[in-house]
Amino acid sequence: MDLEAQFERTVAAEQRVEPRDWMPDGYRKTLIRQIAQHAHSEIIGMQPEGNWISRAPSLRRKAILLAKVQDEAGHGLYLYAATETLGADRGELTEKLISGRQKYSSIFNYPTLSYADVGVIGWLVDGAAICNQVPLCRTSYGPYARAMIRICKEESFHQRQGYELLLTMMSGTDAQRAMVQESVNRWWWPSLMMFGPPDAESSNTEQSMKWRIKRNTNDELRQKFVDMTVPQARKLGVTLPDPELKWNPERGHHDFGQPDWDEFWQVVGGNGPTNKQRVEHRRKAHEDGEWVRAAAAAHAAKHTAREGVA
Amino acid sequence: MSFDNAYEALIDGHEDAHWAFGTGFSEALAGVDREVPAVDRADLTAYCLMLGDDALIMSQRLAEWCSRAPELEEDVALANIALDLLGQARLLLTRAGEVEGAGRDEDALAYLRDERDFRNVHLAEIECGPFAGGDFGTTTARLLVFSSWKVAQYSRLRASADPVLAAVAEKGLKELAYHRDHAAQWVVRLGDGTEESHRRMQAGLERVWPFLAELFTAHAVELRLAGVAVDPAELRSEVDGVLDAVLAAGGLTRPTDVPAARVNGLAGRDGVHTEAFGYLLAEMQHLHRSLPGATW
Repeated sequence: MDLEAQFERTVAAEQRVEPRDWMPDGYRKTLIRQIAQHAHSEIIGMQPEGNWISRAPSLRRKAILLAKVQDEAGHGLYLYAATETLGADRGELTEKLISGRQKYSSIFNYPTLSYADVGVIGWLVDGAAICNQVPLCRTSYGPYARAMIRICKEESFHQRQGYELLLTMMSGTDAQRAMVQESVNRWWWPSLMMFGPPDAESSNTEQSMKWRIKRNTNDELRQKFVDMTVPQARKLGVTLPDPELKWNPERGHHDFGQPDWDEFWQVVGGNGPTNKQRVEHRRKAHEDGEWVRAAAAAHAAKHTAREGVA
Repeated sequence: MSFDNAYEALIDGHEDAHWAFGTGFSEALAGVDREVPAVDRADLTAYCLMLGDDALIMSQRLAEWCSRAPELEEDVALANIALDLLGQARLLLTRAGEVEGAGRDEDALAYLRDERDFRNVHLAEIECGPFAGGDFGTTTARLLVFSSWKVAQYSRLRASADPVLAAVAEKGLKELAYHRDHAAQWVVRLGDGTEESHRRMQAGLERVWPFLAELFTAHAVELRLAGVAVDPAELRSEVDGVLDAVLAAGGLTRPTDVPAARVNGLAGRDGVHTEAFGYLLAEMQHLHRSLPGATW
């Protein structure tokens, strides 16, 4: 049987494609791009939350936050490893990130301005990420799907911790409640943008759906997120900053307003509040670490040479 | 957990803060006798603060590397070490508050004491990178010295007459031995690797060496608490042995021992710190202090 036909059949039958299986070049490239962007998002995502580790307001919160940011580094590692099963190279992908040739989730170009942001990122941003990622646990490429199962479990845990921080803050002082509401106001629309542009404007959706790399459209996932978030906001006692948000009994879903898509495209295009800072931070860490990586490689090579002689 | 609705657990009514798996600490010493030994309570409180502040401040410094490490694996490792030390700090500060008996918990002690009341050694607080004051080589040098010293201290502290300190030491010793091994491996790699890494590693050792002597200088509190506290002077030869072995394996030279001068004979254990320390505390404490009465 023709390789391409066999591939199409595997994917259509919801079976997994494994690293040694034949796959179309376009599938491989799309996957590398998508997984690398996801890995970059984890690594860049360490910065906005890492911003608060040194100032965490209790030792318990400091431990939770540090552990969470550490998990993000771990997620980046599994995902880069998944790209390597497709023939990509972590060093090259890092170069693409710091030279701006590959993107990461635009949400991390927004600044974290109060400690409530740590909780709101857990609740809304990790929540939106889970909505996007849960379907990927059934994505067609085996190593990616398996990495996503592990990541989703940990993300879900982070989301609960974020929500728990907000519940605690809402039961605290008026100043804390105001801090939570202010943070929700800033993060709500960017969180909705995380699902990408409306389906009508999304260029990558159709082919990715066919290849089972992507499983739901942007608008479907956005709707799911809104429907799930509304009761949580109510329980928390915060107002979501959308006057058009209301239950529509006919659709069985919430109606809601549109984010400012001009702002979305500006941020995606590199002109967000912290785009340059985030990439520069990553570039500096990478360049400052160059001598360390070179030393480790040189030591390993000398060690191998010495072993060879002995 | 169901993967099709990762949210369901959020509103299932079990929001009673049991989620921080791995970051809670009340269970860490479950079953340990918390009786306070028959020694001066102010001395024992001060001693718990010395140990707790060493761990807390070292953790705060190491966490500065988060997202700035030379490779992702090292981001994970340094965060892990910082977390271990933070866990130890929480147990020790909680014990300090308990022995003191004035109702101060770990957060009151971490966030509401001023600089003069912190009792950590200078080695924990100085800047060793990623910002001013050093680089990954300096950080590695500090971590090797700190963890070698703590391993020696905790291995003796396991026999402390304070059952809580003995239990913290028992648990912490395994962690510190890992920290020491991690640092030692890097010291050897950097010492042996390239010309540049050798030079930087040697410079890192030179940077931290003046702070060694303080580690082995007994404070009056430590001497008065015989049987509970460890006399740091006893640790010197063991730590020197470890450092000499690691430096030799990395082809590095042991710096000349020129201890940093004290201030009227005082140093970290007396609450007299370096200039950098005030900035560390300002950053660490500001949010907690700016919202009095808040719950976190």
